[in-house]
Amino acid sequence: MSTSETTTDAAPAERPAPSGEPLLQVEDLGKHFPVTAGLLRRQVAAVKAVDGVSFSVRRGETLGLVGESGCGKSTTGRMIMRLLDPSFGRITFDGRDITALSQRQLRPYRRDLQMIFQDPYSSLNPRKTVGAIVGAPFHLQNVQTEHGVKKAVQEILELVGLSPEHYNRYPHEFSGGQRQRIGIARTLALKPKLIIADEPVSALDVSVQAQVVNLLEDLQDELDLTYVVIAHDLSVVRHISDRVAVMYLGKIVEVADRNDLYERPMHPYTNALLSAVPVPDPSRREGRERIRLQGDVPSPLDPPPACRFHTRCWKAQDICKQQEPPLVALSPGHEVACHFPENTTVSATDLVAKAEAGPSGSGDA
Amino acid sequence: MTTPIEVSGSESEAQPEAVLAGVGAKQIQGRSLGQIAWLRLRRDKVALTGGVIVVLLIVVAIVGPFLVQSPLTYHQDLIDPTFNRPNSGIWHTGISGDHWLGVEPGTGRDMLARIVHGARISLLVAFLATLLSVVIGVVLGITAGYFGRWVDTVISRAMDAFLAFPLLLFAIALVGVVSDGAFGLKGNGLRVSVLVFVIGFFNWPYIGRVIRGQTLSLREREFVDAARSLGARNGYILFKELLPNLVAPILVYSTLLIPTNILFEAALSFLGVGVIPPTPSWGGMLTLAVPIYSSDPMYMIVPGLAIFITVLAFNLLGDGLRDALDPRAK
Repeated sequence: MSTSETTTDAAPAERPAPSGEPLLQVEDLGKHFPVTAGLLRRQVAAVKAVDGVSFSVRRGETLGLVGESGCGKSTTGRMIMRLLDPSFGRITFDGRDITALSQRQLRPYRRDLQMIFQDPYSSLNPRKTVGAIVGAPFHLQNVQTEHGVKKAVQEILELVGLSPEHYNRYPHEFSGGQRQRIGIARTLALKPKLIIADEPVSALDVSVQAQVVNLLEDLQDELDLTYVVIAHDLSVVRHISDRVAVMYLGKIVEVADRNDLYERPMHPYTNALLSAVPVPDPSRREGRERIRLQGDVPSPLDPPPACRFHTRCWKAQDICKQQEPPLVALSPGHEVACHFPENTTVSATDLVAKAEAGPSGSGDA
Repeated sequence: MTTPIEVSGSESEAQPEAVLAGVGAKQIQGRSLGQIAWLRLRRDKVALTGGVIVVLLIVVAIVGPFLVQSPLTYHQDLIDPTFNRPNSGIWHTGISGDHWLGVEPGTGRDMLARIVHGARISLLVAFLATLLSVVIGVVLGITAGYFGRWVDTVISRAMDAFLAFPLLLFAIALVGVVSDGAFGLKGNGLRVSVLVFVIGFFNWPYIGRVIRGQTLSLREREFVDAARSLGARNGYILFKELLPNLVAPILVYSTLLIPTNILFEAALSFLGVGVIPPTPSWGGMLTLAVPIYSSDPMYMIVPGLAIFITVLAFNLLGDGLRDALDPRAK
């Protein structure tokens, strides 16, 4: 990851600020996978993969969703796509509640809501030609095209940097990067409003990652797209996102503007994550403190009570084991769920206490 | 726009595949996986031999009966009444210019004609029974694998029940029970239908299990999610996304099921529940050969060899197909 790290320090050129209206709103969304046992398949426990996350994505912005493996970021993405049914919570897309819609009712919305998949080797049907794969959205959604589906497909292939000649080829004839471009072409076919990119580059070579990330950014400018980018690679997220949400064990622990989060991370977990990003320059490496977290991520079968991070947090005190810190804005646009945040003087707990004391308080999360 | 790697100046360097596409697009022909498998199969001499024999057998079964003499004509003049065996040809087989494989002991019917007509019955029953098994097996297997949960449980238990069924006894009993004229069918039409039903309907769990297993692994692939996120219905996913990926196992298991069914048909005919004599069948010829093989072994060898070569050819082709379609599964 060293190559992309060098330049992500220099902040990419700012895009025009996204308009404030939220395109996607997720409220208290959760997914509990039941664990069954015995002949009667009695439920004995639940894997709390996602346990109440809330965030919103504004039109035209890119929200990065980061966290380590198993923290529920992909599950969140799949629930928004309704590939998984949420256990509880609400998803509002473009002003309409899509949480309870059946797959049949959902079909028209899928035009505006698309997904880029992680593994370009398994996301393309090996028995179909590129033309059939990229053309499938038109057939499935009954979209009429001006000059026929083939012409439309070839235009999209050109848009993502492939040759229209590739129309009759099969996926196995392409490299990983090209395959991911084919996947992106399929996603773009219906000109969606929101794209959920689930680890869009983590299966690719580092050199190809940059190409695909840049392609995603160019397409966003050109087609006015909104992204939710799920990733574990902090440099990629820093490069592509406007805002970043950090997840730990099924909960969001911090949401902030990209620069704010990378420069003034407040949650101890975010601090630990950021300190783990390798620094390619040895002279800058000195004096940098690496935070080594102790132990493993606790099992989502039985997550720690109250603050889920307290088992590994070096700042944890008794209150962290008894009272769950709410996700509140400690500075404008910077929400944190922690009793003892860093880089700030106020804490979530203080703010909540203040809000409860005086009804005019501003601790509204 | 700033890029992570400083390549934004030269777009062509940043996208090597775009450059390659310009150069290679004309020469490189897109090859489907089927074409690649065919190229691999063509290099496999053993499988190809099997394939040629299979094609020849099919041609013989279709056009052969029109070319050979009647299998029902008696040539009693060729039979030695004392020993009840052909009186001419090497080792008293009756082989001559008129009867290339000799004649049948006792009746003097032409062996070649009986083998050719028997091939038609054997292949017809085996193909239809295989088709029945494959259709039922694929539809139920893919359904069980894709939907999982209680659907899978029901279908899987049904497979277990079918596999535990005493098939041979059932077949013999069924032929005795089904009276002539049932289902509007009579004589050999009815017998062939019963054979196809018995053999086909009770063999589907074998292919059903294979297809279920393959579907279980296929449905976790992301292209299924991709289709679902495009709004594809279950039917589309089952038959347009998953089924094309199951062509290889279906083809291989069908090719390997056909010889099993040929053997089964021969066994049933041998036991007397096959087609009704005098219509010739390979199993039926073996039955007639049993009491007489010490004086005329040729009568047992000819239909035996026909069964042996047919089964071997189909098996060689099936093994070759498996290697060609899935080179990793050896």
